Amino acid sequence: MPSDFLLIDDGRAHTLAAEVAGGRVRVSATSLKTALGFELKPEGLCQGETCFPVRDRAALVAGGTLDLAELARITGRPLALDASERAGALGIAVDDRLAALRGLEAPDFTLPDFSGRKHTLSGYRGKKVLLIAYSSW
Amino acid sequence: MWQALYEELGPRGFVPITVALDRNADEPRPFVDKAKPSHPSLLDTEHRVAELFNIVNVPTLIWIDERGVIVRPQDNQFGTDTFTQFHGKASAIYLELVRAWVREGKGALTPDEVRKYQQLPSAASQLARAERALAWHLHQAGRSEAAERHFVRAGELAPKDWTIRRGSMPIRGLNPFGPDFFELAKQGGAEFPMDEVTKTRVAPRAKL
Repeated sequence: MPSDFLLIDDGRAHTLAAEVAGGRVRVSATSLKTALGFELKPEGLCQGETCFPVRDRAALVAGGTLDLAELARITGRPLALDASERAGALGIAVDDRLAALRGLEAPDFTLPDFSGRKHTLSGYRGKKVLLIAYSSW
Repeated sequence: MWQALYEELGPRGFVPITVALDRNADEPRPFVDKAKPSHPSLLDTEHRVAELFNIVNVPTLIWIDERGVIVRPQDNQFGTDTFTQFHGKASAIYLELVRAWVREGKGALTPDEVRKYQQLPSAASQLARAERALAWHLHQAGRSEAAERHFVRAGELAPKDWTIRRGSMPIRGLNPFGPDFFELAKQGGAEFPMDEVTKTRVAPRAKL
């Protein structure tokens, strides 16, 4: 029986319905579509406009579920998985990150300051920005 | 220091944006309370900026021009000389570079130069970030033992990424200024290709 599985997708947490057995995680196709926008189409595994070819459908699809590790492999995304904790994290494909960094456009982000007010990097267009990542450690 | 630089150069169209890669607001708050920044001073508990800009140690500094383009990639530089005896880098030299950029437009690299000196991620380092994200989630959910497995795995995948390895020490109950850090320091951190461009080193690196 499927039950809750927590999947972090590029930093955002989603609760999906999934079956976990033998270290494999099979996620309900419906919940994957609703939460992450993944959809199986004749042309492949699609997310919005982007489709990834699926050569071995049997490895990916079974009875209304998709195999999470197979989904990660097909889309080139890193997957950290803890089947016993019913949790996983899908990271960013290295090729996507390489393309973005080599493109040289600063990736946009929105973060809070220490009074909770949000700031977006692109809101500072027109200025020279010195981005300083630091830490207390 | 960044506040002083902002007061000096802000009228010329310059803004420093500091981002604390910390697990909560309490740990960096003493720094923020002391600096009293009027520039954006942000908190990144999820390591969003580390992911987006491939930041593997702190401090990491990046120049972004008026068009939103990276013109100087990840540089390991300092606003003060507090730790110069360890890293041998003089803040004054770097601050002059920033002043020359803002005042005279000097020091921005060409696109090919930026690409040459960028630190880029690998499949293993991207998986390390996913492992860290899972570990951080499990920790917040009170699943400390499970979290520990994934913090360890993240460190194995990206052994020179101190943003992951040293950054997770406070979460894991390890001391980022104590023996656990000295052991990590012995193994060495990531190389910064920009070191050979920025050349702020003034003293031999002291042994920790």
